[in-house]
Amino acid sequence: MHPRTTGGYEMSIKDQVIAIIAAQAMLEPADIGLENSLEDIGIDSLGLVESIFAIEETFDITVPFNANDPSASDFDISSIAAIIAAVEKLKTEQTG
Amino acid sequence: MKRVVITGAGTINPLGANVPATLEAMREGRCGIGPLDIADVDRLSIQIGGQIKDYDEATHFNRQQISLYDRFTQFTLLAAREAIGQSGLTFSGALADSSGVILGTSGGGLNTQDENYRAVYQAGKNRVHPFIVPKLMNNAAACHVSMEWNLRGPSYTVATACASSNHAMGQAFNMVRCGMAPVMVTGGSEAMLCFGGIKAWEGLRVMSKDACRPFSATRNGMVQGEGAGVFVFEDYDHAKARGAEILCEVIGFAMSSDASDIVMPSKQGAARAIAGAVKDARLNKEEVGYINAHGTGTAANDKTECAAVADVFGAHADKLMISSTKSMHGHLIGGTGAVELLACIMALRDGVVAPTIGYEEPDPECALDVVPNVARDANIEVALSNAFAFGGLNAVLALRKH
Repeated sequence: MHPRTTGGYEMSIKDQVIAIIAAQAMLEPADIGLENSLEDIGIDSLGLVESIFAIEETFDITVPFNANDPSASDFDISSIAAIIAAVEKLKTEQTG
Repeated sequence: MKRVVITGAGTINPLGANVPATLEAMREGRCGIGPLDIADVDRLSIQIGGQIKDYDEATHFNRQQISLYDRFTQFTLLAAREAIGQSGLTFSGALADSSGVILGTSGGGLNTQDENYRAVYQAGKNRVHPFIVPKLMNNAAACHVSMEWNLRGPSYTVATACASSNHAMGQAFNMVRCGMAPVMVTGGSEAMLCFGGIKAWEGLRVMSKDACRPFSATRNGMVQGEGAGVFVFEDYDHAKARGAEILCEVIGFAMSSDASDIVMPSKQGAARAIAGAVKDARLNKEEVGYINAHGTGTAANDKTECAAVADVFGAHADKLMISSTKSMHGHLIGGTGAVELLACIMALRDGVVAPTIGYEEPDPECALDVVPNVARDANIEVALSNAFAFGGLNAVLALRKH
């Protein structure tokens, strides 16, 4: 469920995040728009915490997210693009 | 007071994946106990159990469901589908708002705990899947049954170790009897056959390494099993008005507490629960034709249980039949009373008393008719089902042929 590679080459962070979210929403990756919110594609609160778990497992990062107050978390989930940017930032901080 | 009848039964257990297959195995005295197929079995000194074989969760549930359903919940949902399906009931409006689910389990999501303790302690992982808590909690099975069937009335889970199912069914019976609910879905489930589950039981030194032989002089302990039994308990007038098929009537229930020892059984405590169920059902003792025994196959339980039955029934104890189907499906702990209730239904409805298999040699301390090894045809009007738990909590149900 956490695809790292396809066809033998590394997927980008963007493609991997979209693949994770698409699997959770039971949609094809092509049906996920960067401007979509999680709500738009039918991901509820349980789906969100599962997606974050999958992101942590896939990228070996710890996502600072508290389900009690998502807006106060230092991890922007307002759109798919925001989530991708947040994951890229965490990866950079990890390697940098 | 309402009369209470059973209008649906469902199960999955080591003898079969539904009620007809289970009753056929009980009639034939088949044994569902065999070598355990679980992780690290080589590090266990007990390597047998009543395990449900050829079970693939993916054939019954999708990925999202599996992430939320522990094995004990899966078994419960499968048994509930069979039971509620047989009853023909659908729950909406006032019926949905007043009907509920009461289930027994002892370990709840023990496989989920075992797997995730492995992940964090043994494999050194620092995170677990987000749904571990809702998956392992003891009330998960009752909640998922309520969600799948829109049961919106009184619902909860009872945990009284080996008597959990009988306490649950007794509570459901009293709720329907007093008019609190027209229909209650009830029974119990257990899935404790994992490394930690067996390892803990090994410590008590009460497990057999080869077979469960209740009441036999050669008995050497209990064998664990897994599975679920679920029933639809319904107000008789409600069932009759809709022309439902009635499997049998539930006529009495009693419980008692030994208040003496955390593991050793008490003859007085067991006898008070048995006599209490007879009294609650307003029976003459002579009417009881069959008792499904707790019959664990331990030295202590079987002789204590036989002594309690002899005390309660006097001379009639030698006329009634008492058998332990744990010899075939093992001890399902919190789910055991539910699966064993099927043997009572078979005795009442089909006139077939399930045997105690594995019986090799009489024990003078268990000198009752234990229906050794071969099922028996008999006209049974009233049956009792015993359950006696660690901690001295006893629960006995009384059923009548309909």
